[in-house]
Amino acid sequence: MLQAADDTFRLNANFFDYAIIAMYFAVVIGIGVMARRQVSSSLDFFLSGRSLPAWVTGLAFISANLGAVEIMGMSANGAEFGAATFHYFWIGAVPAMLFLGIVMMPFYYGSGVRSVPEFMRRRFGTGAHLVNALSFSIAQLLIAGINLYLLATIVNRLLGWPLWVSLIAAAVVVLSYITLGGLSAAIYNEVLQFFVIVAALTPLTVVALHKVGGWEGIKEKVQPGPEQLSSWPGTDLTGISDPFWSTVGIVFGLGFVLSFGYWTTNFVEVQRAMASDSLSSARRAPIIGAFPKMFIPFIVIIPGMAAAIIIPEIANLKSGEGDSGGATYNDAILLLMRDLLPNGMLGVAIAGLLASFMAGMAANISAFNTVFSYDLWQQYVKKDKPDGYYTFVGRIATVAATVIAIGTAWFASNYDNLMNYLQTLFGFFNAPLFATFILGMFWKRMTATAGWTGLVSGTAAAVAVAFLSEDAFGGASTGLIPLSGQGASFAAAGAAFVVDITVSIIVTFMTKPRDPKELEGLVYSLTPKESLVDPDAAALPWYQSPTKLAGIGLVIVIVLNLMFR
Amino acid sequence: MSERTNEETGKAPRQKAGLFDIRIIIGGLIGAYGVILVLLGLFNATDEELARGDGLNINLWGGLGMAAVAIAFVVWARVRPVVVPVEKE
Repeated sequence: MLQAADDTFRLNANFFDYAIIAMYFAVVIGIGVMARRQVSSSLDFFLSGRSLPAWVTGLAFISANLGAVEIMGMSANGAEFGAATFHYFWIGAVPAMLFLGIVMMPFYYGSGVRSVPEFMRRRFGTGAHLVNALSFSIAQLLIAGINLYLLATIVNRLLGWPLWVSLIAAAVVVLSYITLGGLSAAIYNEVLQFFVIVAALTPLTVVALHKVGGWEGIKEKVQPGPEQLSSWPGTDLTGISDPFWSTVGIVFGLGFVLSFGYWTTNFVEVQRAMASDSLSSARRAPIIGAFPKMFIPFIVIIPGMAAAIIIPEIANLKSGEGDSGGATYNDAILLLMRDLLPNGMLGVAIAGLLASFMAGMAANISAFNTVFSYDLWQQYVKKDKPDGYYTFVGRIATVAATVIAIGTAWFASNYDNLMNYLQTLFGFFNAPLFATFILGMFWKRMTATAGWTGLVSGTAAAVAVAFLSEDAFGGASTGLIPLSGQGASFAAAGAAFVVDITVSIIVTFMTKPRDPKELEGLVYSLTPKESLVDPDAAALPWYQSPTKLAGIGLVIVIVLNLMFR
Repeated sequence: MSERTNEETGKAPRQKAGLFDIRIIIGGLIGAYGVILVLLGLFNATDEELARGDGLNINLWGGLGMAAVAIAFVVWARVRPVVVPVEKE
């Protein structure tokens, strides 16, 4: 795939496009330089001094996730599977984000921890903490690599630089603004990136819809047939032919386990909310983020569906007839840009994609350096050093992570379908985490040993299912379980969740519970109700109340689900 | 904290100047894009380019949209210069 990227197609950018892209980079670096002037302690560097308002952290919250996976992966799924892809947003992300804001954020923000693994350590001790911190760090390096790979692909298609030069150039830009300004720079840039991404994808969607004849045109021409227009039961997406089990797979596997696991325990996301200026801001961050998140599928999935009709390469790929010119579904957005956009708007679209992948990679790396410095280095290697020492370690970790990401970019390029690969990873790391967290937050008896044994056995269960499926691990999978594609990921995540809960319960009854005094602020029944809400929360107007906002969000997402069922 | 803010902004110790900035920065960048695109849409739209989008002049319309968003940001930053909620201690 790395070779193929060198010679498939080019985007014909001219002077105006380059000027637009250059302006964007100038602003990105400028934000890094400005944020640097405000960094004075390690809390500033890693958590922005906990001083950001909710709309900033809310947009950063979804922007951190609006990386390569989202843009390329979801438009690819839209082109391949059609409307079933909406599930990733309306069954997956949005309910989980609302849940994070309402139920889990009070524990994270209220307990004063600096990272999600740190919460794990306070609740379950070092066993579970080490498992979590290590698996999280490794996952971030892998995903940063994927974002970097796609970033480099764009540079390659734009400038014609060899992929390895593009990789290094892209890495250097991301590295420079995170090392300069820490999390503040990353978050401010994410907010800017959010708007640039929207400014890039909205016109692309408008032109694509205009060309295909509007939603009516998609309805009429979508291939292989109208089943691509309804999101349920999504049998093509899951690869499960039985409609009932396909629905179960989507609701339980994707909706409950994978998405709740991703959004509620993934420190990349939670870190953004933790940078808020108050508990109610922290709770609002994911809820505010949920609103734009509901509408992102319209500028990601719809163009994907249109591309499968109006872009000859993708249409040929989908029908399996004719010449697809080496294009994959992941190229849907790039090909739309090449065919539809005039110079000028092409520059904005390229800037938007670069922004998206940089946002994703910067998010991975800034979360990685926090966990590495606080949770691995400070906890297990060098304790009790002055604050400045850990900021320094954080900067070194950032550089090291970027170098490793260049390596993982090569690794990631060996996988055709990015979504499969990532879902597989999330199944391994996030699904058992969510099970352990939710049990630990609401069941005070759960013991430290149960914490780490649950995590390890849950992850092992996911790996086992992946090996037994048809293709979750490519050639290494044995095919004993007749599931492939996304369905296999959903099953692995579901298995991880069930095994984690079961093992945790059994082990808890065999081991000694912790002293309830140590668990105050960490377990629901042992936390005074007042510390879970802001003192003045009742006085907030409705548009600042986390619960009321979440209620409105839930109603909208249910309406959207019904509209596209 | 306050020591640092004093040092940075000089006169306004408790104000969050950075928050003010990000809206102006977003408005500025999107606005500049809008102006460039509108000009390209008006003066540089060749028939060949227009044909790609089936006659839709996306530079012009997209540029106008971006200009509108940029104005909204600047107005927002002007009307409510400090967004830090009152609940801040």
